[in-house]
Amino acid sequence: MKKQKLNNLITLGGTSVLCVVMAVLYSVGALDGNHMLKGMLVLIGIHIIWALSLNLTVGILGELSLGHAGFMCVGAIFGGTVSQIIRANAAECPPGIRLLITLVVSGIMAAVFGLLIGIPVMRLRGDYLAIVTLGFGEIMKSIANNIYLTLDANGLHFGFTKPPENVDEATAKQILKGSIGMQTPQDTNIWWVAAILIITLFVMMTFINSRSGRACMAVRDNYIAAQSVGINVTKYRLMAFTISAGIAGIGGALYAHSVPMITFGKFDYNFSILILVFVVLGGLGSMRGSVIATIILYALPEMLRKVNENIVNARMLIYAVILILLMLWKNAPFFINLREKIKARFKKSDTARSGGAEA
Amino acid sequence: MTDIAKNENDIMLEVRELSIQFGGLRAVDELNMKVKKHALYGLIGPNGAGKTTVFNMLTGVYKPTTGAIFLDGANITGKSPVEINKSGIARTFQNIRLFKGMSVLDNVKIGMHNQVKYTAIEGILRFPRYFKEEKMMNAKAEELLAVFGLENEKDTLSQNLPYGKQRKLEIARALATNPKLLLLDEPAAGMNPNETAELMNTIRFVREEFNMTILLIEHDMKLVSGICEELTVLNFGQELCQGETSAVLNDPKVITAYLGE
Ligand SMILES: Nc1ncnc2c1ncn2[C@@H]1O[C@H](COP(=O)(O)OP(=O)(O)OP(=O)(O)O)[C@@H](O)[C@H]1O
Ligand SMILES: [Mg+2]
Repeated sequence: MKKQKLNNLITLGGTSVLCVVMAVLYSVGALDGNHMLKGMLVLIGIHIIWALSLNLTVGILGELSLGHAGFMCVGAIFGGTVSQIIRANAAECPPGIRLLITLVVSGIMAAVFGLLIGIPVMRLRGDYLAIVTLGFGEIMKSIANNIYLTLDANGLHFGFTKPPENVDEATAKQILKGSIGMQTPQDTNIWWVAAILIITLFVMMTFINSRSGRACMAVRDNYIAAQSVGINVTKYRLMAFTISAGIAGIGGALYAHSVPMITFGKFDYNFSILILVFVVLGGLGSMRGSVIATIILYALPEMLRKVNENIVNARMLIYAVILILLMLWKNAPFFINLREKIKARFKKSDTARSGGAEA
Repeated sequence: MTDIAKNENDIMLEVRELSIQFGGLRAVDELNMKVKKHALYGLIGPNGAGKTTVFNMLTGVYKPTTGAIFLDGANITGKSPVEINKSGIARTFQNIRLFKGMSVLDNVKIGMHNQVKYTAIEGILRFPRYFKEEKMMNAKAEELLAVFGLENEKDTLSQNLPYGKQRKLEIARALATNPKLLLLDEPAAGMNPNETAELMNTIRFVREEFNMTILLIEHDMKLVSGICEELTVLNFGQELCQGETSAVLNDPKVITAYLGE
């Protein structure tokens, strides 16, 4: 128990320090010479938030979700709409407050979507969630690409596949323009990302090490046994999935306000899989792993681009090879044995290994 | 009149004409059984007789086709496994079902899930009630582990325990739910004679210490004759014989059923 607590503290403390140091360096201009890193930091942070939230569904709950991007998309749409409405109607509202309201709304909306999807699916056993989320992600993206929202003096007007008609042209402001996307106020900065990331990590770790988190892992490890000890399996599966969706939505809103123009085509199946890769290679259920894997795997393609201009074309190939090697390193019996041997050499006396809840 | 009432109060589990049909197979057929409070009751029978199926009906995993189940006077027929656990039945499984990816201590703490009340929010934000109840859980879980000699392995991943200890951990986890009735499905399976002897002592101890009623399925006749006071023998889903252990084990019908014609 002691060891596990220490591990959690290291993860949380280490990540927090890293976040703060990076944010400070960024703010004082120490990174101005390194454009690549500077441009990447906010995005890496947001991707970590996404990976952490997905790890709750995949690693802790043991359910496969193939449409995490759908929840990010929900967060981005609602967040972007809210912030633009505030900008139009209450121009004096400070960006910080505006973003805070935006994040709260987008988190709640994404959680509601998670809940609505979860209610029918979480009653069933089997791979239904993977199928349903796969569909949800694609549907969400398509819907987002076809929504038009216009704000005028009379309020919000909605159009599907085409801009709404009968708007008051004099005061009309297009908020959402279908596949063109939306122009959000750029309220997200590195401090916000750092703060949300740390909060997300904290929430994940305290959740896992609480009665509710343990119940989720119990359902993951053995559904029938979990019921036999009186755990309401549907409730806890819904709970974890909803939290996971809500946090993904908050990440989506952060993202939407970190770029000047957001299009929803980005939130497709490939993107869901990208985040899933971060989670799987970082280790299912390991929050620390998600953080590290995201940093490495996000930065890798960019690094490769920088190494040598000739590599640019081959960089996705190299990326794939590294992914395969990592996968082997984690799962192939040969490498597992090798790792065990190395481990045994380093600490002979250490027998206890705390697993599942190790975050 | 008073005599009957008193008698009824002594019964922890009553099963009335319990049957279940799987397609063409009547896996359990009109079973009647009464288990007294504080009893150590054995359910035995050849492979495939329907013993585990009875447990699955008692715990709500299967819904009986006909018949009724009463726990401590309350009708629990058709309730869900979760409700049944809350009304006071806990069980172990023939093919061990531990929470493999979690520590030994956490396995027991999950058993105590419904005995603490703090909510998810209180847990996430670490309210005082979280610390208070977790502390209580840890203390109680460690006590339980000590009963089964698992106190030194509390941080071990449960899947890394040797087989015999996994069986014990399952019993500890079941007890953690604070049941009135404990169902053990082949607790001695895979144990060597020493471990079995030790297990017999533990089962007796559990009954006294927790004032428990225990219904167990077992093939190991030494264990059955050693600790069970009463037995029901199932054969092809039907009750073959019922009564005091020594009488049942010496019944020619039972011997034939076990040894074949
Ligand atoms: N879900 C099910 N669907 C169909 N048949 C089943 C099901 N569960 C059990 N059975 C059948 O019911 C019969 C009784 O099985 P059960 O597992 O209760 O036997 P058992 O007495 O526990 O045997 P063992 O001593 O081998 O554990 C078997 O023929 C089995 O195949
Ligand atoms: Mg059986």
